[in-house]
Order: sequence, then C-alpha cells, then structure tokens
Amino acid sequence: MSTSLSPEQEELRATVERFARNEVAPVIAKLYEQEEFPYDIVAAMGRMGLFGLPFPEEYGGMGGDYFAFCLALEELARVDSSVAITLEAGVSLGAMPIFRFGTEEQKREWLPRLCAGTMLGAFGLTEPGGGSDAGATRTTAHRDGDEWVLNGTKAFITNSGTEITGLVTATAVTGRDHEGRPRISSIIVPAGTPGLTVAKKYSKVGWSSSDTHELAFDDCRVPAANLLGEEGRGYAQFLRILDEGRVAVAAMSVGLAQGCVDESLRYMGEREAFGRRIGEYQALQFKLADMEARTHVARLAWRDAAARLTEGRPFKKEAAVAKLVASDAAMVNAREATQIFGGYGFMNDSPVGRFYRDAKILEIGEGTSEVQRMVIAQAMGLPRPH
Amino acid sequence: MRFMNVVVCVKQIPDPAAPARLDPSTWTLEREGKLILDESDSYGVEMGLQLADQAGGGEVTLVSMAPRNETSGLRTALAMGAARAILVSDPVLGGSDALGTAKVLAAAIRRAEPDLVVAATESTDGYTGTLPVQLAELLGFPSVTFVKKVTVGDGKVHVERQTEAGFDEVETPLPAVITVTAGVVEPRYPSFKGIMAAKGKPVDQLTVADLGLPEGSVGAAGARQEVVSVEPAESRKAGEIIVDEGDAHTRIVAYLEQLKVI
Repeated sequence: MSTSLSPEQEELRATVERFARNEVAPVIAKLYEQEEFPYDIVAAMGRMGLFGLPFPEEYGGMGGDYFAFCLALEELARVDSSVAITLEAGVSLGAMPIFRFGTEEQKREWLPRLCAGTMLGAFGLTEPGGGSDAGATRTTAHRDGDEWVLNGTKAFITNSGTEITGLVTATAVTGRDHEGRPRISSIIVPAGTPGLTVAKKYSKVGWSSSDTHELAFDDCRVPAANLLGEEGRGYAQFLRILDEGRVAVAAMSVGLAQGCVDESLRYMGEREAFGRRIGEYQALQFKLADMEARTHVARLAWRDAAARLTEGRPFKKEAAVAKLVASDAAMVNAREATQIFGGYGFMNDSPVGRFYRDAKILEIGEGTSEVQRMVIAQAMGLPRPH
Repeated sequence: MRFMNVVVCVKQIPDPAAPARLDPSTWTLEREGKLILDESDSYGVEMGLQLADQAGGGEVTLVSMAPRNETSGLRTALAMGAARAILVSDPVLGGSDALGTAKVLAAAIRRAEPDLVVAATESTDGYTGTLPVQLAELLGFPSVTFVKKVTVGDGKVHVERQTEAGFDEVETPLPAVITVTAGVVEPRYPSFKGIMAAKGKPVDQLTVADLGLPEGSVGAAGARQEVVSVEPAESRKAGEIIVDEGDAHTRIVAYLEQLKVI
C-alpha cells in the first residue's frame, strides 16, 4: 500500500506546477490588484485540458478523474487562489452537475465547450437568505405550458458574469410534497435568457480576480427540457455536488497552505535580522515546521477523500474532515507566513499578503467549518441538533 | 507533402530548482536524483511537432543519452506529442565528453533515418554548446545554428538564423541539423490525455554495444576533454544608480556609449 502518486499523476502535478510558476505567478499580482478576471490564464488552462480533467473523452474531457482534478487545483492554489477557484467552480459546479445528472442531449450540448474552457458554467444555489440550509430556498420555478418560469435571487455565484459564462444551473422550489416540504429541482438557464439579470460584481476581501455576482430571475423562461435530472431531486443532487466540491476546496486549501510554506522557506533564507538570516532563529524554524506538518496532514486528508470518491466508496465524512482541517491549515499558515514576512507580508503585491486575504473564504465556501463539524458528527451517529 | 521524420535531441537534467553539486573527483555534475526534461529542449520538441504537423504527416522521435535508463524527462516530451524515443543508457558512458556524446547520439539518430534533426543551442546544466555541430559533422549533414524560424518544403529547409545585427536567411537541403534558441515557439503544456498516452509510447533502450560503437571510443575511456579545475563564478556587481538631477539622460547616454551599446 502506498500513498504516493503514480508516475502519470506526478507528471500532471509537475506540469501544473510549472504552468502556475511560469504563466500565473508573473501576472497575477496585477490582475488581483485591478480585480480583473484572468481570461488569458483561463484560455491557457482550457488548452491544457484542465477544465476537462475528470470527464470522459467522448464529451471532450481528458479521461482523468476527480483525484487528478484535485492535484491540479492544489498546484494552482499554491500560486493563486482566484485562478484555482475559477477552475474549481467551472468544473465541479459548472460542468459536473450536467455530467452527473444531465440527459445525453444536455451533456452533448454543454460539456464539450465547458471541458474546453471556452465556456464557463455557474451553479446558483446560495441565496441572500441561506446557503447550506436548503429548506430556506426562496427561488421558485413553475411550469407554464412547455416552459419553466423562474423567480428569485441567487447570491455569491462564482463564474456567473464573465464574457464566456454560458449557463447557470439554478436550484428552485418547483412544488411541495404531501407534508408541505419544498420540492427542489435544478434548472439550466442559458446566459442571456431574458429575465436573468447579472448584478455588478461583488467587491470581495479576497479571490479578487475571480468572478462573483448576484443573479436575479424575474419571470425568466426556459424550455421544459432544461430541467436537470428529475424534478424534486435537486436537494439530493446538490448534496452530492457539495460533497465532491469539499474535496476540491480542501485540495485548494492545501495549495494555499503549501504556498505559505514555499514563500516562508525562501524568505527565511534571504532576510536578515540582528546580523543573521532569520531562518537561523529557532522561533521561526518551529513556526515553519508546524506549517509544514499542518500542510502534510491536510494533504493526506484530501487525498484519502479523493481516492474514496474515485473508487466509488463512501467519502462524505472524509470530505468534511479534509475540508475542515485543510481550511484551518490554510488560515493558520497564512497568518504565520504573514508574521514571518513582517511588514512585507501586509502588502497586497506580496504573495503572502494575497494568501492572507484569500484564506478566510476557505473556512466558509462549500459549507462552513461548522457545517463540516455537523456532517462529521452525524456520520458518527450523533443525533441531528435542534 | 511527404511524411516528415523529425528527430529531436533531448537532455534529461537534474531539476535546476534543486541545489546542484559537482563530483569533487571529476568536477562534473552529479546526476544521482530524478532527472527532468531540460526546458531548453522543450522548444525543439514543440518546433518538431509543429513541423511534422505542417508537413501534413510526420512524427517526432526523441533521442537522448542518460544514466540509469532514466525516462521521466522523455515521458514529458512524449506527453507533449512525440511519437517515440530512443534512449542510450550504459554505465560505460559516465564521464563522456561532448564529442563522445555526439558519437553516441549520431549512432542512435542514424537508426531513426531523420529528415531533420533539431537540438537546443545548448543545454542548461553542464554544456559546451558544441554538441549539435559535432553531431552534424558525424552524420554528414549540413547544420544551421541559432534558428528562430523554420519552414520546410521541396526537400529543403529554409530558416531565419539569429545574428547580433538581426537575422540571416539560410536555405539548406535535407537532411540537416538545426539548433533552436529559447523562445522561438511557445512549448505546449502536456494535457492529461497526452500524459496517459505517453505511457504506451515506445522507448527503445540501447547500450553502446547495441549501437555497434567500438569499446573505448566513448564514455570516460574515449574522452579527450577533462575538467582540470573549477572556479566559483564571479558574483554580479551592484548596478549604478543614477539619480535625476536634470542631467540623468546625458549620464545614461554616456554610460551606454562606454559600454559601446550605442
């Protein structure tokens, strides 16, 4: 038994590492500062096949798996999280729901362009009034002849307003069951559909080069055939999508934590204080040793969850554990790296300053750390809290 | 157009990001760890792939000499799209000099019956920059160095060759050896599909005996070149800072004139 990568996985990892170092690192600080979406980088990632990584070749994919996808995310986030989340959301929220739940026709229509990275898809789940709490969904869709008519608002939707955004998959209440509980369904809304308004992008604390908007549906009509999967199955579908996404966000978190280690190790060999390189001081050596240990443990956690996912074994608890420990590692490492860098770490144009701003959302997105603890506790057989 | 057979010489080198060490007895680079594709060879691989593509049919064969049957750098180039590789690996090849290496590579290249041989102008680790022209001489092919643009047609290769003043246009019959400079083309990043496909591509592993080279003609035994001493490189001198007090432009012009840049 081995936890090391196969030669092909290692080759992929090294390729993405090289790409991030050569193509992302030199340009990202400026894009980030100007809050610009990295179109050229997205196009280059598309040519490399990163958007098609976990999908079969018949839909334009690379024939890889979710583990390979997470490897790529870790290496990208090691350099920049805006780029990593753009890929993460494009694949696991944009394309994956269509691949997992779509009809053959829907797959053929959307996946080739989503896999090529020439089109981005978004997933409209979170609303101003709630995210993981699906019962709070307010957006509605009702049938009118052979159309669905959507009304409601979605909040914090990644990749929803770029020049290449082609669709948003929105969750909406399509009825009530006999106990009065909402029946939630997923519906594909193509970009540019009348009645879909993309609000101006948010001003965020971090992930400044990623694209995030509020979306409004106002009597927005799409063909009945745009229903994704079965009617009323939307809740189960997005739980599956979120479980997978947690592994991906865990891998991204490990990338950020590793980026903090990389930058700190380099800086500690260069910077001098009181006549010595700061790497000679044990106070900082211990700090860096802890950062390395945290990163290593979190990496093992996402790899375990991703391996289970790819092998078709249960992975819900492991995904929550990985997301919990990895986002914590990212947050703590970002704080420690900034401390090691002193004043330079507080500058927006230093990678460490970006890591600090980008780390916090990892404890929130794709389920908060509190939600992860709920999932873990319930997987241990503890009762649902009231 | 006819089938175009391009051979690209690739070197697998220690990762330049890791600290390098010299063997204190021979003053040559230690190559004990994992080796990777020399980035300066990725330009040749990309150019070879583009030329084969433009010819409307053809393929790239990689030729490499490396210790311990190392193939990880070759796998990278195969993942980019090369069709096959010939790897010469033999313990007797340790301590080879440039000419010895050229003899080995020439013997391997002959087997591939190339229309065109592409190499980098020089490698990134230990280099003399003489190997490609030695190779051309041994193969009996014409060689054109410092190529920045290539077109192939009618059994000839037409190139733009970088010079200090601009570029020369040169035409030569095929087969030929060309050396390409870094930045001539944008090397592609291998896709995962390419990486998986590389797994099944043939790598011919040959020894000196397989190539029919006489014993003692290559490797340390045949080397006529020896590193006798090593000096640390001169550290870069600090630059001069010109503070503009109204005359900065004249001082910059004077500085550049002194360097004979203008």
